[in-house]
Formats: sequence, C-alpha cells, structure tokens
Amino acid sequence: MALPLTSKGPPSPPSVEDVELDLLLAGIVRRWGFDFRGYARASLRRRVGRALEREGVRTISELQSRVLRSDEAMQRFIATISVHVSAMFRDPAFYLALRQKVVPILRTHPFVRVWVAGCATGEEVYSMAILLHEAGLGGRARIYATDLSDSLLDRAGRGVFPLRAMRDYTRNYIASGGAVDFSSYYTTDQQHAIMRRELRENVVFSQHNLVSDGSFNEFHLVLCRNVLIYFDEALRDRVHGLMTESLVRHGVLGLGTKETLRYSRVASRFDVLDEGLSLYRRKA
Amino acid sequence: MIAAAKLLVVGASLGGLDAIPVVLGALDAELDLAIAIVQHRSPDSNGQLARILSARSGRDVSEALDAAPLSRGAVWLAPADYHLLVDGARVKLSLDASERHARPSIDALFASAATSWGPRLGAVLLTGSSDDGARGVAAVAKAGGATFVEDPERAEAPESPRAALERITPTHVGDLASIGPQVTVWVKTARSRRTHG
Repeated sequence: MALPLTSKGPPSPPSVEDVELDLLLAGIVRRWGFDFRGYARASLRRRVGRALEREGVRTISELQSRVLRSDEAMQRFIATISVHVSAMFRDPAFYLALRQKVVPILRTHPFVRVWVAGCATGEEVYSMAILLHEAGLGGRARIYATDLSDSLLDRAGRGVFPLRAMRDYTRNYIASGGAVDFSSYYTTDQQHAIMRRELRENVVFSQHNLVSDGSFNEFHLVLCRNVLIYFDEALRDRVHGLMTESLVRHGVLGLGTKETLRYSRVASRFDVLDEGLSLYRRKA
Repeated sequence: MIAAAKLLVVGASLGGLDAIPVVLGALDAELDLAIAIVQHRSPDSNGQLARILSARSGRDVSEALDAAPLSRGAVWLAPADYHLLVDGARVKLSLDASERHARPSIDALFASAATSWGPRLGAVLLTGSSDDGARGVAAVAKAGGATFVEDPERAEAPESPRAALERITPTHVGDLASIGPQVTVWVKTARSRRTHG
C-alpha cells in the first residue's frame, strides 16, 4: 500500500480507469487465480494501456470482458503484464563482480544451487551457465530458472535468440571478464543464435509465481534482477522475505543494479557485498 | 517517511545539462518539495551526469534507485536506460520499451506523476530536440497540476517546449531564469485548482 502523500487536503476521487483496473485485477484473481494486485500501479497502468492497444479495445472494461472469457486472451495479458526485458551479461560490471567476489564463495561448496527468479526468456540463465562453466563449476552446479509465464519459460528452454542481439551480448560478455570466443557458445542459422545444449544440461526450468508460491529449495546464489521494480512495496517485501528464506546462511543475493535492499524490511538480515552493484550476502 | 507537500517533475533533452542547473539552483533546498528529473541520456552513460548537475546547481542530485522516497528536499535523476516513474510517495523504475524513442521518457515520468499527485504536482519542460514531454505536460495540466515551459524562442533547442505549447497554455512560459522563481511562488502559495475529467 502506498504511504499517505500528505495529511493536507482531501483525497482525490479515483479516476474511472483506476476503478476499472481494480475490477479487472479482482476478476482475474477469481477467474484465473493470477494475482496482479501487488504490481506497482505506475508501471501496471502503462502495461495495461499497451494490452488495450494490442487487443484493439478502448476501455479496461472491454479488456476485462475478453480476459475473463478467453484463455488465449488471458495468456496474452500475462505475457504483456509480466514480461521483463534483459540481455546476456546485462550490466557487465555485475557479472565481473560475480566472477571476482561470488565465485570464490561458491567454490567453497561441494554442490552449488543457483536460482534465477523471473527468468523471462532466459538471457540471464545462459549468462549464468556460461559464467559457472568458465569458473569450473559447471559440473557441480544446478541453475533453477523460474518464471510466472509458461510461454516465456518455453522460449527460455529453447535457448534461441535473435542473431542481431549477439553483437551487444558479445560486447557485454567481454566487458564482464569473459575470456573465450563468445560465439563458441552457440550455433547459428540465418537469423538466430541457438545456445549450445550443454549449457542447459544443468538448468531446471519451472513455473513459479513470486506472488503466491513459497520457497522450494535452499540456494547459494539467488538472482532476481529488475523483476521487483514492477512490484509494490508490500509484494516486494514479501519476495525479499522469500529470497531470504531460500538462501543458505551466507548465501548471496543479486538484484538489479538500480534496486536496493535499503528500503526493504529484510535489509538488516544482509551484509552488503557490493553496494553499487546490489550484491548482498545473507547474515548467519 | 513523510512525503514532500509538493512534487516537481523536470524534463529536458538537448541543452538540459546547462538548463536544469539554472532551475534547480534557483530553488531553495528548504522548500517543502521533492524533485524528479528526466534528462535524455545515452543508455551506457554513468553516474557522471548526476555529479555534473549537482556541481552546477549546488543541489544534491542523485540517481534514483527503485522505491526511493519523494521526501522533502530529495532530487532524483532518472538512471540511464530506465524509465523513471512516480508511484505515490516513491519513485519506481521500469525497463519497459522506449517511448517516442526515449528511455528515460519525459512523458512517462510526467504522466505517472500526474496520476498520483494531481494538483500538488508541478512540471517543468525545458529545452529539447524532440516532442517528448509535450504529452506529459498536457497530462499534468489535465490533472490540475502547474506547468512551467521554457520559452522556445530562447531555448537552446525549441522543439520540446514548442510541442508543449501547441497542446496547452501553461501556467507560466518564460526564459530559463524566470522558471525557478515562478516555481518557488507556486510551491509557497498555490492552492491549485482542481479539475476532473
């Protein structure tokens, strides 16, 4: 829930769109069980606006009618609302810090479990698989890659990316401390890069809903980058709690570089490993 | 956390590095005001921009982290390659697609702020070479907020303010030096008119 803006003045009446949005979200919970009510309103409004354009309808009420009646419309709605963009080795400095500061911690464990939460189309998963492989941990590590959306998970599991993205990804990879020829990690056809099968041998893709599902394992490293920026404070705090419960003692949490635990309820349960890169370590 | 009584959103693109500090520098840090800024910038630019704006304005300008509070005296700058949005008493970041070729987008900041701050919002649109910001200023005006637009004839790049003036008649149009003092008057006095619709 948003904090009160001020004690002065009467509250503004809700707009028609806000009322419609509340009704849409309440309807979706009852009809389909997906709960988007904890999503941050500012970005949710924008994304619902995009869903209106894509469906070719003018009002949220019209969208509601469609989403409640059609499974396909609901799937399209989920994809529009929950998608988040990423790139391989996005924020190279973050991955460099993983190599330099986190890999030595992971090496102390006989077996390493990594959770990539909100993996969307899998760019971060393959980056992590490459990084673990290069650290010599590939054979004794498992990556659990989860997302709310089945269709995004399907895409992530296929590991097929637009060939034109590879130039940026290669640049990121090199800046992250990557030492081999990045193209050795994929094969190509005319338009796509297909990630090598070996990279996902130790990856488990599965559906997991950060809003409603609980902890499912204990991890040495949890990555949840630029996912919680779309959640409101209460939901973000819930997920921070979930991550805390899902980390082994001294386990590492990596957030997006513009995210922070500073404003979170769990802040006191972590030490800062790298403030500027949002790397944290769970206290004992 | 107590939010500021009023929020000022500021947008600029080409020429903003010189223009934004003039406006910020004219605003007393003791005003009961929070400030959120979008300056168009390259996706891989770094923390240097906030340092330049701080040094030139004498205010403490910081890159916004997600959920940073809009408290009195805070000045938040949109980080490179993220949209900066306002959600109640805090800022939020987003990696959604560029709007009108911009991320951060001035329109996105202004429109999101208009929704939750309405008449307690002021928007400043400065020099810029695209029409980003024009829709945002119109959204602020529609929500009952105050609008301050740099005179396009005297702006380094006239396109943004001109596009705004084609949509609305702002609360104030004037040269760069006039905007800070006008905002100060608004912060201290305005009982903004409320409009619905």
